[in-house]
Amino acid sequence: MDIKILGTGCKKCNTLTNNVKEAIAETTVDASIEKVEDMKDIMGYGVMSTPAVVIDGKVVSTGRVLSVDEVKKLIKE
Amino acid sequence: MLGYIFNFGWLNDLVRMLVENIFKISMDTHLGGSVHFFIFDSIKILILLSIMIFGISYIRSYFSVEKTKLALEKIGGLKAHIAASLFGIVTPFCSCSSVPLFIGFVEGGIPLGVTFSFLITSPIVNEAALVILLGTFGFKVALLYVISGVVIGVLGGYLIHVLKLEKYVEEYVYQMKMGNQEIVELNRKERISFAKENVKEIVARIWKYLLVGIGIGALIHGWAPEEVLSKYAGPDNPLSVIVSTVIAIPLYSNAMGTIPIAEALINKGVGMGTAMAFMMATTALSLPEMILLRKVVKPKLIGIFTGITGISIIGVGYLFNMII
Repeated sequence: MDIKILGTGCKKCNTLTNNVKEAIAETTVDASIEKVEDMKDIMGYGVMSTPAVVIDGKVVSTGRVLSVDEVKKLIKE
Repeated sequence: MLGYIFNFGWLNDLVRMLVENIFKISMDTHLGGSVHFFIFDSIKILILLSIMIFGISYIRSYFSVEKTKLALEKIGGLKAHIAASLFGIVTPFCSCSSVPLFIGFVEGGIPLGVTFSFLITSPIVNEAALVILLGTFGFKVALLYVISGVVIGVLGGYLIHVLKLEKYVEEYVYQMKMGNQEIVELNRKERISFAKENVKEIVARIWKYLLVGIGIGALIHGWAPEEVLSKYAGPDNPLSVIVSTVIAIPLYSNAMGTIPIAEALINKGVGMGTAMAFMMATTALSLPEMILLRKVVKPKLIGIFTGITGISIIGVGYLFNMII
């Protein structure tokens, strides 16, 4: 599974990245995390409010700091 | 009875009992007045912040920047500026997303001026500012504040449109290609978690400033000399609004924690418009926001934006000083 976190490095984005890492550690899913900070790439996903989460190429959340549980749920789906 | 609950009369009385019967300080002394002000204001604003930010955020979760963009693409003319300002109130938006929002709007064909109407009103009418105003000055002032925020956004954005400033947008913005926007709908549980998250984030961000603000407010409440303040910062001093607006620019929006200072000052004769101008300027004209915007527009447009918004805020400040 390929998880991307879109954001320009603000505090919210960092919190979200940590939550995603924790969620992956708690589930046994094999996933890679990548932070996307380049504006051109972020816009390419059609995202206007950061932080956003992209799982396997699909935007699943925008403008929210997801909790660990919410990320786990998204991973399972 | 309802009034007693909603204007925190019960809390006022409780804190009064605490100060008089447990701390054994008379309310007629400077110390008693200050201690009462500090405890009462802190508890009141924290309660209001938690309840209201939760409610406002829940409503806001029905809106998103993506939906707002789609709606604005269909409107034109002055109506678009008004719509953009109103959407600025309800759309959940953090100034850290100013750059992607700006690019997205412009790429979607939304005129520059309309984009600015959104960007001006959105930070001015933010949930924390509203709650603090409501808690310190009441409903009428909070409503006037919202209306002013919309008027400044419409006016400022419209002027930017009339002045045809598109040439001051960085060229690369026009070359950006937006991917397809996916609108992620939230369910009820997610909305509640979004609202809770916002309460936590905002309270964690401003409580320190707020307590310091209330603390200083409490000191002023008990000790500051009335004649001096009303002489220098009262509604009759023509410079007070301008000075407070200029001072506010380098301060970040957390400075709204200082509003309890304003409340105390107003009780001592400082003009309401002066305090309002300060509040609007801390949120709308923040240095960090300008640094972000610099990534998408040239310095000249930032200068014009600051000038127009600053002058409008000063105008509103004078208006408030005259009518309240």
